[in-house]
Formats: sequence, structure tokens, C-alpha cells
Amino acid sequence: MTTEQPISMKSDENGLLALKQVVKHFDISGGLLDRLRFEKGKISHQRTTVKAVNNVSFTIAPGETFSVVGESGCGKSTLARTTLGIYPPNSGRILYRGERIDNKNAQQMLPFRRKMQMIFQDPYASLNPRKTVMQTLEEPVVFHNPSISAVQVKDRVAEVMSQVGVDPKWASRYPHEFSGGQRQRISIARALMVDPEFIVADEPVSALDVSIQAQILNLLMDAQAQRGLTYMFITHDLSVVEHISSRVVVMYLGTLCELSPAKTLFDSPRHPYTQALLSAIPKLGRKKSGHVKLKGEVPTPINLPSGCVFHGRCIYANPRCIEEIPEARSVENKVIVACHAVEEGRL
Amino acid sequence: MSHLLEVNDLEVKFGLRQGDLTAINGISFNLDKGERMGLVGESGAGKSVTGFAIINLISKPGFISGGRVIFNGRDLAALSEETMREIRGNHISMIFQDPMMTLNPVLTIGTQMVETLQAHRRITRAEAEAIALEKLKKVQIPSPEKRLAQYPHEFSGGMRQRIVIAIALITDPEIIIADEPTTALDVTIQAEIMDLLQQLCESEDTGLILITHDLGVVSQVTEKIAVMYAGKIVESGLTDRVVNDPKHPYTQGLIKALPGSLQPGARLNQIPGMMPTLTDIPPGCAFNPRCPLCEAICRDQEPPFIPVDHMTRMVACHMVKLDPNMGTR
Repeated sequence: MTTEQPISMKSDENGLLALKQVVKHFDISGGLLDRLRFEKGKISHQRTTVKAVNNVSFTIAPGETFSVVGESGCGKSTLARTTLGIYPPNSGRILYRGERIDNKNAQQMLPFRRKMQMIFQDPYASLNPRKTVMQTLEEPVVFHNPSISAVQVKDRVAEVMSQVGVDPKWASRYPHEFSGGQRQRISIARALMVDPEFIVADEPVSALDVSIQAQILNLLMDAQAQRGLTYMFITHDLSVVEHISSRVVVMYLGTLCELSPAKTLFDSPRHPYTQALLSAIPKLGRKKSGHVKLKGEVPTPINLPSGCVFHGRCIYANPRCIEEIPEARSVENKVIVACHAVEEGRL
Repeated sequence: MSHLLEVNDLEVKFGLRQGDLTAINGISFNLDKGERMGLVGESGAGKSVTGFAIINLISKPGFISGGRVIFNGRDLAALSEETMREIRGNHISMIFQDPMMTLNPVLTIGTQMVETLQAHRRITRAEAEAIALEKLKKVQIPSPEKRLAQYPHEFSGGMRQRIVIAIALITDPEIIIADEPTTALDVTIQAEIMDLLQQLCESEDTGLILITHDLGVVSQVTEKIAVMYAGKIVESGLTDRVVNDPKHPYTQGLIKALPGSLQPGARLNQIPGMMPTLTDIPPGCAFNPRCPLCEAICRDQEPPFIPVDHMTRMVACHMVKLDPNMGTR
């Protein structure tokens, strides 16, 4: 029983997809006994939460490649999964073409699931080893169009397989018979099977070698040009980001630091963290370029620092940064920065 | 002129039921005192096996089937395990990718550092601890006295890798082999660790063999480079020269495939196909099925690894023209 709900085609100031003050915390306190603490002669009840995504807002325009960058543990992948509704957000709203999707149930989400697909990092873990490529690829089509005929499914699988550069005659093979690059092509094919509009790619090339990485990036760019796809691209590889993105958001400890058009970000990063991050990229053929050294290490997302989460490692931090959380403000042409120093003109 | 380390025609095989599999197929390079060299290539090219072969640490069914590894005039490949132990970890140390796997989780780092020293020198625990403390200071661990008594899980990833470097340095080795030392780390931490490693190698005059897939890291840290493909070195030379003017079509393809060398949004130059598995390396030049310059000779004959200019550049490719100033060979 599928009740096809038409998705309204509004794309106003909310773009294709909008996140508004999205918060995602994970409770990791465990069972009742794990939560009990003995302090000052009293037994108290404590919860431990990982504050993975804190108050993140942005809008993705149709047809763009929107990249999310940051170091491990900054909440990139959680953000990706929350966006697709794999994790329900604790608060905040997610809008797809102006319609709220964060409070929908599984049945109501169905028409949106067809429009939003995901590609995962590890092509060895994301394909079911006991299903042939054919079975993997036909499943989403049949699930979303139960009335489709077997011949149509077969044609569709063959068509998409050849689009991603995997010979359709290999459809009866199992994932272990393919190399890493080919498996990632199959993962991409699986996402493309239902003709999505929006694809979240979580580190799609990080597990691949350089020469294969270029093949997959080209494939993703080609698919975007042919189908008018919108990408949300999660990665820690900044040279990949610079190459493919139209806009980039930099995250640190679950918080948005800076959101800019890619060229502006790489030419003139504003947030001190962005500056440090960009200066740390090893560039080919350039001897030591004196990178910005950060003090200390990334704090844990369980006990977030007060004020600006970056203040402990920032050379521009002042008392205000320790007390007050900086708001993400638009500083100039399409650049959004969350930093007191930038706002006050100290930086 | 004799070098600190000379690898001559090294060959490593893995004995399988179907017959021997050649993982390293006759590679040669050398390293001088205090010199830093990068060994780059994609996964499966044989980089790590080369690193292990140098310290004779190939585990069964692998074995060194040919060639020599001359270190300070001695052939390491022919030494007994007992003699080898005097060299391994003492004169040549190794740093691995994942610091959590390298450190013993149930021993304090102090114990692990002292143990390493006492394995190679007859010294008391107190003396060894003093040296350990000094090395921890060198790798910029804050409050090292307190840290000596802590366990690996009490350190962050970057700190752990600093400790692994401190342990590698503790015997003042002549050569450090670092196998993807920063691959498991974030980019800001990677920059710090690479800076530290380079600075320590410079100040202690230690040779470094940096094994990595990241051409960017290699070009910042090393003086010379060897590019591996399917168990062979296909190009070697001074890092600056190789990176800015690659001669072998594989090196060229690898560098062109990196995003960042092009206008954003442009199609990347991809190398078609993928590296052959060791079981079916094509005849002739192993790169020929993927090579844009491939001609008949490439499919028939293995190209020799020969110098192509006066600047120590060596290339294994039939299609590379010799520098006209070289004269005939």
C-alpha cells in the first residue's frame, strides 16, 4: 500500500534543504547502575550526553555541492545522518523544499526517501556481502515502485550500472568480486537507482587510492551535471572540498564555525579555526609553509567548553569568548562566521 | 662512496600453495646519514613490505628471495635473527600507522620506554627513566614526569604518536622507518607530527624513510623520493624535481589526479583502470594497460630502471627520453 504524496515544489528562501537550529545529543549514560554516582556522601543520578551537533543552521540551494568539513569527532557524520532523518534531532527543524521532515513517521517519510539518498564511506561495509549486485540495486526500485515489472527493473539496473562505469554483465556477481573503486561505483549506482534529487555523500572517496579517487570524483561530478543533483558532501579532505564544492561549512565540536562560498573560504578564511585548518594542508611541491599552530587538542564533546567551543585553542580568545557563545552572523557577501573576534573587528 | 643504507635488487616473495608470489620485484635505493626519503605509492604497491624487508621482519609465508640490504657495511638480509635484534630497534627503528596498536595497553609508557632501552643497553631502570624523560621532552609532551606513569589510553591520538616517536628515538637510531605515521590522525595534528619528526631527524642527524600514499606530506618533509608501482620503483629522484616535473607516466598521472592542481570543478585527470593484483601482473611494463603512452615494446619487455639526467633521476619507462646532455649510455 503506497499512498503517493506529492512533494510540494516550493523552493523559496528555504532552498532545497534547510536546517534550522538543529541539535543532536546522544545519551551514553548506559543502564541505571552506570548512571549512579556517589558524591559527598550522597548517591546522585547523572546522565552523560555527547553533544554531537549544536544549534546548526544552513540552507542548501538546488544543484549545489555543499561540503561539510572538520576533523574527526566534529559531528560531520552525525549531521549528515540527522539531515536524512536516520537520527531524529533533539530540537530544531529540517525542511525539504519548505516542508518539515524531522517530525514525520516512516510512512510519511517514504516519498522523501526517494528524493534523498546516501553514499557511505566504506564500500566494503556498505554493500551486503550476501546479495549480488543485481539484488542490491533492484531492491530500492522495487521497494519504491512495487508495481514495476521485472523487465523494467532489469533495464533500469543495466542502465544505471553502465552510467557508473560497471559492466552490466557483472550484475550477478557478489561484492567481494569487485575492487574498492568498483564497489564505490556500485554504492553510487544504488543511490542513483531511485532518481534522487539530493545525495548525502559521507566521505565517499576517503577509503580509496588517489588514482581511483579521481575516477569516483569525476563520476560524481558527471552524475551531477547529467541529473542536476544536489550534494551534501562530508569529508575531511580539504583539497577534494576545494575542487568540488560550491559552498563549504566548517565545523568544530558540533558547532558551525564558518560558512562561505568555496573560493572565498580558501582564498580568505575568516574564522581562526578555518585559518589553522587550511594552513595545515600539505601542498604538493611547496616546502614548509609555516602552518598556524593550535594549542592543545580537541576537547571532548561530552563536556563542551563554555562560550566559544574553540576558545581554549584560539590565539585571539578574550574573556568574552570564554563566557559567551558566538552567534553565526553574516559578515559580508554570503559569508557566515561564528566568532567574537571577527564580529568585533579584532581579526 | 658508501652509503649508510644500500638496498640492492631486493626481492620479497610470499610462498603460496599456487606458487611464489612476488611482492617486491628487485628494487634498489640508498640512504645517507641524516637523509630523508619518501616511499610513495598506492595500496598494494609494496611500500610497507619494503619497510619490513629492510629490518628483516617479513613474517611467514613471506621471505626475502634475493638482493641485499647493506647497512653500515653489513648485509641485513643475511644476518641471524640474534644479530638482527641488535640492529632492529637500536640502529634502525620503525614507527607504524596506528599508535594504539603499537603501544601495549596494559603497560605504562614509562615501562615501555625503559624496556626498549634495557633490551639494547645494560643500564639501570633509573638511568633508563632519565633518558625516557629527556626523549618525552624532545617530542614536546607536557609534564613528562607525570606522563611516564600513565597508560596509552590516557593519551590522545596525537600524543600517542608523539610517544611512539619518542620510543623510536630512545636508542638514538641512525635510521627511522615511518610507515604512514600520520594517516590515522587529523590534518592539524598531522602537520604538527610531521613538523616534529622532520625537526628531530634534522637535529639528531637521523635518516628517515617515510612510507606514505600522501604526495603532499612527502613533498614537505623529504629530500628524495621513490615512487612504487606493483612491487617496483618506477621513478626516483630529488623530491622537488620529481613532484614538479614527473617523468614516468604513472607519477605524472598520480600527480595530475590530485584535486588542487586544477581549476575547481574541472574534471580530474584520472588514470584508467587500477593497479594489478600481484597474482596477475601483466608482462612487460606492469603499468602498460593503464598507460597513455603504451607501445608494443611496453607489452613485451620490462623497462630497465635507468638514470635519465644528471640530477640522480631514475626512471623505469621505455618511453622516457634521456636528457640530451647525458650523451649515450
